[in-house]
Amino acid sequence: MIRLNGTQVEGRDGATVGDLLADLGVESQARGVAVAVDGEIIPRSEWGSHTVPAGASVEAVTAVQGG
Amino acid sequence: MTRDPLRIAGQEFASRLILGTGGFPRMETLAEAIAAAEAQMVTVALRRIDAQARHSLADVLHGCGVRILPNTAGCFTARDAILTANLAREAFETDWVKLEVIGDERTLLPDAPELLAAAERLVADGFVVLPYTTDDPVLARRLEDVGCAAVMPLGSPIGSGMGIRNPYNIALIVEAAGVPVILDAGVGTASDAALAMELGCDAVLCASAISRAQDPVAMARAIRAGVEGGRLAYGAGRIPRRLHAEASSPMEGLPEYPQAPPS
Repeated sequence: MIRLNGTQVEGRDGATVGDLLADLGVESQARGVAVAVDGEIIPRSEWGSHTVPAGASVEAVTAVQGG
Repeated sequence: MTRDPLRIAGQEFASRLILGTGGFPRMETLAEAIAAAEAQMVTVALRRIDAQARHSLADVLHGCGVRILPNTAGCFTARDAILTANLAREAFETDWVKLEVIGDERTLLPDAPELLAAAERLVADGFVVLPYTTDDPVLARRLEDVGCAAVMPLGSPIGSGMGIRNPYNIALIVEAAGVPVILDAGVGTASDAALAMELGCDAVLCASAISRAQDPVAMARAIRAGVEGGRLAYGAGRIPRRLHAEASSPMEGLPEYPQAPPS
């Protein structure tokens, strides 16, 4: 089980960061997106290769309106 | 108008109004307000991706051709702010960050020790740090000492529209600062922005006063004019305040009028 943006996701153990972003509807070329796995930032260049182990927590963020 | 650019960390900006993107009801209004404000830099926050979101703010801002200044809004510890800044660096390919470390939910006032610690660490990590701070001249100096590229004192709490509650402190910060001073938070209308600039601030950051105005685009234009007017007035050098009047018409050469008949 993986925790993706606070939600437990089943059946995605070992998926790449890119796969998980696709689950969120985000393309690999999307502007203004960053990902941290267990608090460690995964550079865009590694999204396709970096696999996310079971039990990991993934935070995928983007720009929202803010002061 | 004479060229009078704002310089932050070696970058020049013709505009001295930085726009916060928070609070705009529609993305189209935001884009129009950016144009009306003639802003060249706008702030954004970072949040979890919402798969249901219809528009990409990053794409809209890219279309506007503005520089993105990510903030660390919502962070209450130096640790969270540092991680957010690093995520923003990755997301927007910028080392610039508007550093916010909040100490209290009700007032949204900065947490001074956490702010200073985060600033020091981010500067060491190569960030261009623009910290949102209180109007405390000593804290502003400490932030400059650890290498911040600007200081951003509040006029009053975020979104309060209360203007500049302590203009004397803002003047003291300006007097001592060797980096740009950007008045951040509290602006309610154009005169507040003008006052900030008259006090010697180098720029104004404004979000709610524009985005939550009844007509955000008109207010963007008004606050831009306020910033420009205040900057010009600061350069022009205002007259000293005095208790009594000083006639602006000469007293010499007054004609002699016949006395009024007794009543």
